[in-house]
Amino acid sequence: MDTAPYAITTDPLNLDALISAVTSGSPDATIGPGGITSFVGIVRNENAGRRVLRLEYEGYDPLALRAFERIGAETADRWDVRVALHHRLGTLQIGEASVMIAAASPHRADAFAACRYIIERVKQIVPIWKHEFFEGGDVWIEGATADPEDDVARQDAIRVAGLE
Amino acid sequence: MRYEWLVLSNPVNGNRVTIRLFARLKDIVGTGELSREASSDATAGTVWRSLMNEFAELRDYETSISVAVNEEYARMDAPVADGDEVAFLPPVSGG
Repeated sequence: MDTAPYAITTDPLNLDALISAVTSGSPDATIGPGGITSFVGIVRNENAGRRVLRLEYEGYDPLALRAFERIGAETADRWDVRVALHHRLGTLQIGEASVMIAAASPHRADAFAACRYIIERVKQIVPIWKHEFFEGGDVWIEGATADPEDDVARQDAIRVAGLE
Repeated sequence: MRYEWLVLSNPVNGNRVTIRLFARLKDIVGTGELSREASSDATAGTVWRSLMNEFAELRDYETSISVAVNEEYARMDAPVADGDEVAFLPPVSGG
């Protein structure tokens, strides 16, 4: 079980590992957080009207990990949270988890906002790509042009997270 | 003699950079990693433009590409030096 806060792996993800990452080893671990929120992204069987068979995820691992750390730092700057973020690469079947996020906080509002902010930022700036295999073909999914310095994108993520 | 050959094949200004490509860029070029010569005043942008000249389909990404130099996000005007790794990233789709 990988209890590091940030991880990229071809192995199945495990939410317990993220929970451990955000609760263990802190100076105030005996007090503990008031709450933990989590987000689990799952491979869906439909996208844009296509019947999806599987996804193959590719990443630029070292830069993706740095982007995770950056997102974690941005999140901790704004909310009172400890966070963990794990992403899976390789071939994923329908129903398997591709990404997991956990946020622990003394306050539930911070924990929920942090989780939402993190998944938005993952989709904006983490160098990971989905290769979608659907009935009748395959296509690389292309979302956002990755630019960590783009403050408009970051403000969008903050707004979506719901506190501003 | 061997030494002379090495010197001749590595001219003073002959920087080499490693180019990393991902997702559809990798399909277009046919490999995720290649090595190219770069001039001493090369930038990430000059490396990208010469790659577009070599592989015309890359022009689809002229306005949407991101770049990283040595595993850090960079701008197209970032200088690149001998031995650097320059990664070109199409729009991302993690999650």
